[in-house]
Amino acid sequence: MSGVQAVAPGVAIDALRVERGGRTVLSVPSLAVGAGAQRAIVGPSGCGKTTLLSVLAGLLPVPEGRVTVGGTDLGALAREGARALDLYRARRVGLVAQQPLLLGVLDVLDNLLAAQHLAGLRVDRGAARALLARLDLGSLERRRPRELSRGQQQRVALARALVNRPTLILADEPTANLDDANAEQALALLAERAREAGATLLVATHDARVRARFEVALAMSPAGGAPGVGVPGVGAPGAGAPADPEPRR
Amino acid sequence: MSTPRLLLAYLRARPLTTLLTVLLVALGLATVVVVTLVTRQAEARLVRDAAGVDLVVGAKGSPLQLVLAGVWHLDVPPGNVPLESLAALRANRLVASAIPLSLGDSFRGFRIVGTEPGYLALHGATLARGRVFEAPMQAVVGARVAAETGLGPGARFVGTHGLAPGGPEHGDAPYEVVGVLAPTGGVVDRLVLTPLESIWLTHEGEPSDEAERRILEAEREITLVLVRYASPIAAATLPRAINASERLQAASPAFESARLLRLVGVGVDGLRAFGALVLAIAALSVFVALFQALSDRRRELALMRLLGASPARLFGLLLAEGLALTAIGVVLGLAIGHGAVEAAGRWLALRGEWTLTGLDFDTIEWAYAAGALALGGVAALVPAWLAARTPLAAALPDA
Repeated sequence: MSGVQAVAPGVAIDALRVERGGRTVLSVPSLAVGAGAQRAIVGPSGCGKTTLLSVLAGLLPVPEGRVTVGGTDLGALAREGARALDLYRARRVGLVAQQPLLLGVLDVLDNLLAAQHLAGLRVDRGAARALLARLDLGSLERRRPRELSRGQQQRVALARALVNRPTLILADEPTANLDDANAEQALALLAERAREAGATLLVATHDARVRARFEVALAMSPAGGAPGVGVPGVGAPGAGAPADPEPRR
Repeated sequence: MSTPRLLLAYLRARPLTTLLTVLLVALGLATVVVVTLVTRQAEARLVRDAAGVDLVVGAKGSPLQLVLAGVWHLDVPPGNVPLESLAALRANRLVASAIPLSLGDSFRGFRIVGTEPGYLALHGATLARGRVFEAPMQAVVGARVAAETGLGPGARFVGTHGLAPGGPEHGDAPYEVVGVLAPTGGVVDRLVLTPLESIWLTHEGEPSDEAERRILEAEREITLVLVRYASPIAAATLPRAINASERLQAASPAFESARLLRLVGVGVDGLRAFGALVLAIAALSVFVALFQALSDRRRELALMRLLGASPARLFGLLLAEGLALTAIGVVLGLAIGHGAVEAAGRWLALRGEWTLTGLDFDTIEWAYAAGALALGGVAALVPAWLAARTPLAAALPDA
């Protein structure tokens, strides 16, 4: 474990609690994932997985506790202003959801370029096209999302998530609605691209097929309850200690 | 990728709504533009034809009728006045110039006007061919008259009694054309000009002796006199003095044309209001289109937020969409408005009537265009504000 601690922290959570309407919808006492690690967050539907990803993605402010991603304190970032959180989300996080997160009026290539543009980054057509080519989407550059198959849409959505070279890739139920072959392919692609980009990958799922592939960093109990103590993957205690209890793959 | 491209993609995503909104803006603006151009050119023409005429002096009757007959040749004159009135006016030191007109005859619907060469100078008319009339029964014809009747120097024609075609002909007294005028774009194009004497000769019988000739000459009349003031003081005193006389009436073209435009203005204002109404409906259409887009695009707007767009960015995007819809409509509306006036102008030119051109531009059109744009922007404000408030959570449906 001492060797792991030298690695830059990927994701570290300490005493995170999210309330909605006076009810605790998410409580994560501790979680630590090393940079570049690939982990699963498991739990049944409605246990707060999406809420956790929303916090990590900077979609929700950190209400209580401390969350750092790649050394950046998200709570401090939110206090800097909404714009800082917008840019963090756009530039450092790649989000892949159950629904392909694509702009319907734009073609495949423009979706990638729009992601660069809206993140305030230089529009790099060459990089976007190279990325599409690597994902075997080169021939679909000028298609609209609705003209593509479900699997193709997900691949485009992945390309869109990768285009700004994020340090953290968050996948929310990426295998839902996919058959075994497609699910396996999607997960392999996700893992491969994340490794290639050197990004930390967190996959939130209730799908057993995902558990089979990734080590579980956090197992959540239903209805936003506290995560089961003793489940492999729940981070070691210690505020802000970016420790990864599991050996890295 | 750039903001305009993003905008264009959204406009093209819903071609029917976009087209409808753009057309409404265009038609509203086109209506206002057409009304503006036509009234402006009509007014310009009225003013130009009345240039240099401060006062029309003629028989008692309606002052508007007197001006319509004497300046624009649109109405029949109220009656005649004795020839001495001309001499009396010329003797008045408040009068700089007085040009007599004798009306009553026509040739194929074109008015034959007995006058003096000074009338040509008044209208800035120049000869295209031939020379100015020098003797009775010689005539100079306007450009339009020459073009439509084929009259040219050397040609002879017979006048018809009355101002409408089809009256009895003055068969015994033919005119000889000695000159053709260059087009002026004014009323002179449609006139046949001849010395005053021609009119008298056509209407008087041949005197049997010297005594009868003198009687006839003493009874000679003219229809009206176009007066130019010698000094501004004349405007205050001369009309009143003339109107106090028993037979004469003085009417000011400036005053009467203002009165005429006020009468016509009610209809013009109605048309303008109609155009404004269409523009208001267009603004409503912009609002509806964007409001609809808001619900259709809730997820996409949230996704843009997810991709880093600030709320201000979304506000700007929707506002720009409203402005773009209006701007395209404005450009199209200006084109349609000017095109329609030009088309109407060409059609009227074929029939030899009013000259209209779509190549005219009134600076107030800038104001109309800016107003339409502002209206589109205002209509976009509420949807844009709502778009800016799109919650980020809408991008990720809660699992």
